[in-house]
Amino acid sequence: MPERYPGYDVLGKWNSPSFDAVTREVLARRLGAVPKRRFFTRGEWELLEALGAHLIPQSKRADPIPITPWIDAMLADGGGEGFHRVGEPRDAEVWRTGLAAIDGEARRRHQARFIDLGPPMREALLRDLRAGAAGDGWSGVGPRRFLIDFLLKAMAAIYYSHPAAWSEIGFGGPASPRGYVRLQLGRRDPWEAGEAK
Amino acid sequence: MSAGPASAHTTRAVAGRAPDVFERGGWTPMRQNADREAVDFAIVGTGAGGATLAAKLAEAGFTVVAFDAGPYWRPLEDFASDETEQGKLFWTDERLTGGDDPVELGANNSGRGVGGSTVHFSMVSLRFRPEWFKARSRLGYGTDWPLGYDQIAPYYDEVERALCVSGPIRYPWGPRRRRYPYREHPLNAPGELLARGARAMGIKWSSTPLATVSAPRGKSPPCVYRGFCIHGCSTNAKQSALIVWIPRALKAGAEVRDLAMVGRIEVDAAGLAAGVHYHRDGEWRFQRARNVVVAGYAIETPRLLLNSACPAFPQGLANRSGLVGTHLMVHGGNAAWGTFEEEVRWNKGPPNMAVSEHWNYEDRGKDFHGGYAFMCQGPLPREWARTVAGTRGLWGEGLHAEMEKYNHMAGLGPVCESDAQARNRVELADEVDSYGLRIPRVTYAFSDNDRRIQRHAVAYLSETLRAAGGRDIWSSDDTSHLMGSCRMGDDPATSVVDADGRSWDIRNLWICDGSLFCTSGGVNPSLTIQALACRVGDRIAAMARRGEL
Ligand SMILES: Cc1cc2nc3c(=O)[nH]c(=O)nc-3n(C[C@H](O)[C@H](O)[C@H](O)COP(=O)(O)OP(=O)(O)OC[C@H]3O[C@@H](n4cnc5c(N)ncnc54)[C@H](O)[C@@H]3O)c2cc1C
Ligand code: SF4
Repeated sequence: MPERYPGYDVLGKWNSPSFDAVTREVLARRLGAVPKRRFFTRGEWELLEALGAHLIPQSKRADPIPITPWIDAMLADGGGEGFHRVGEPRDAEVWRTGLAAIDGEARRRHQARFIDLGPPMREALLRDLRAGAAGDGWSGVGPRRFLIDFLLKAMAAIYYSHPAAWSEIGFGGPASPRGYVRLQLGRRDPWEAGEAK
Repeated sequence: MSAGPASAHTTRAVAGRAPDVFERGGWTPMRQNADREAVDFAIVGTGAGGATLAAKLAEAGFTVVAFDAGPYWRPLEDFASDETEQGKLFWTDERLTGGDDPVELGANNSGRGVGGSTVHFSMVSLRFRPEWFKARSRLGYGTDWPLGYDQIAPYYDEVERALCVSGPIRYPWGPRRRRYPYREHPLNAPGELLARGARAMGIKWSSTPLATVSAPRGKSPPCVYRGFCIHGCSTNAKQSALIVWIPRALKAGAEVRDLAMVGRIEVDAAGLAAGVHYHRDGEWRFQRARNVVVAGYAIETPRLLLNSACPAFPQGLANRSGLVGTHLMVHGGNAAWGTFEEEVRWNKGPPNMAVSEHWNYEDRGKDFHGGYAFMCQGPLPREWARTVAGTRGLWGEGLHAEMEKYNHMAGLGPVCESDAQARNRVELADEVDSYGLRIPRVTYAFSDNDRRIQRHAVAYLSETLRAAGGRDIWSSDDTSHLMGSCRMGDDPATSVVDADGRSWDIRNLWICDGSLFCTSGGVNPSLTIQALACRVGDRIAAMARRGEL
């Protein structure tokens, strides 16, 4: 697919009135200090990387947006959304059990770890999980809920919190103190992304 | 109660001063009160209800201390243009959610900080349809509120003036009213599409009355349409409680205590509230008070009342009726989304710039009671990605392709009324939080009528989007707002407080926030919460003059 917003880079506005000091500081931290592994085991980390590569592929990107490190950091810091469903375990356990169950599913079907499966097998397995079809090992939350509500939503949120992803979809990015002037349909300000026609 | 958590922030409202929300690093003088000296009012929570009441009571000459569990922000220096960073605005202490339709909590509906949820609200400032205050007798469902529209109307006026609400010259629904204090905002593209769809469907629409200024006001500059409203307004255009009511309260002599979590209300031998136990700067303290007001929103308010159970009130305070925590309501937010040929760029401007209240005011042709307003939408990428991934279950190139349509998307989201049901409630779980306080458990299930409203909304909004030129229409489920859980009423057997927010059981214990609602109506609640708070403030002042406190 050709680039939709050729040449557009949100970070090109770093020194413009669209970026204020506090936003620069926040983004500098996100871009500069990618957290190290603290929560997951090495095996879990590698599995997450493989899942990430399949769910949010970035093969076209020279510098992929880090996703696994931020999930690890969230769990290591005990952060989360601040609420749990009655009867479901805490986030740390949901993630550990869910990842183990995905690998368990791969072994049950193919006698192999998930990371050793090729893309078509990965896709078929994940589609079954999305449809709720899976074997044992899913204590706590079921396969669909783990895959969609935990794994996929977390990964998508992290990916689309990165300036490179904002540039990819033509999002204006930070906008303070300068916001926008041309609000009408089909109009854009000079500091917004131009779309390839 | 345990030692409590170490806080990432430090208390700012100390040593006779509070942050000046309009200046980077600025301060403003603040009167302080000693814990041991009883103040007239201790208010728990400084959001739409608590901050408004604090200003009103301080201006009426009462001594007031208002507590908030969260930090005291200076938007200009603390708010980044970033969804992830601004997660710091939300109440993310542990809570449990269950029932047939578990409500998404956290960022979806509650804030934590001085100014409460108005710091991150989207500023939609709508009045209730008058009949909703008498839903049972006028419309045949739900319950009647213990007050009517005529009693609340002057306070709607007062709040609209206090917030300098920007709105149209003529709002198409509801009784005749004076014009909004500030002129309406120009429509953004999603608003234009709502208008186009409404015209095609033959219904009325309007630009949305918003609590963000369309022209300068004091130290607030006009809105610059940056669109980060629900992540905090970094310019102070938004007329949140933090920048409107709190400065007014301080000026009138109120004290605000930030990062001060109230854990228990103390009741004395006479069965009256004696003050509040609160956790601040690493220790539990006790503030004496002649009156206590609970304004922690519809989950934390009943939680505090239940957590304050004592030998005289073993079921929790104000709970002889057993109703504390019950009749919780949310709004259904089942939105429709579509792709447009034109560039929409929906991130520009406040998210809800146009509205239709057609189905709030039209009673014919419905297979349900109640109604809904609907508005255009403008989610930012992180939130949008969660909606797309969570609802569509898309990944891989499918997800990328859908997300790349970001600038061509538009959506219509409803505020669907929900029935007040006893089974939808807040209770205490056995588990405790880092303060050692039992955490709340929220149970929720929609009624059949709720589902019929939501089905109607999804079908109608999808059709409207299509009529506006949208294609590939799909919908997502969501909820917003919290109401009820300590309803007001005329009868101590069927309500927790009276029309003034005064509890039936403990006459110097008051409630003043979203938990007072008897019905949810089909509009966002904050204008009504603030109007109720203004009324409670005036009523308390009048009762004090008559020696009835
Ligand atoms: C994203 C979003 C957008 C919204 N948009 C709109 C909108 O456009 N229009 C509208 O009308 N409404 C909107 N709302 C809803 C609106 O913000 C709330 O309904 C309203 O602010 C509730 O007022 P309240 O006084 O009941 O509680 P809040 O404003 O939430 O204030 C409660 C405060 O109490 C504090 N607190 C709670 N418990 C304790 C305790 N034990 N000790 C100390 N402090 C405590 C909390 O920290 C909080 O600051 C929105 C909400 C969200 C989440
Ligand atoms: S769009 Fe307006 S109200 Fe919203 S954050 Fe920006 S300046 Fe504030």
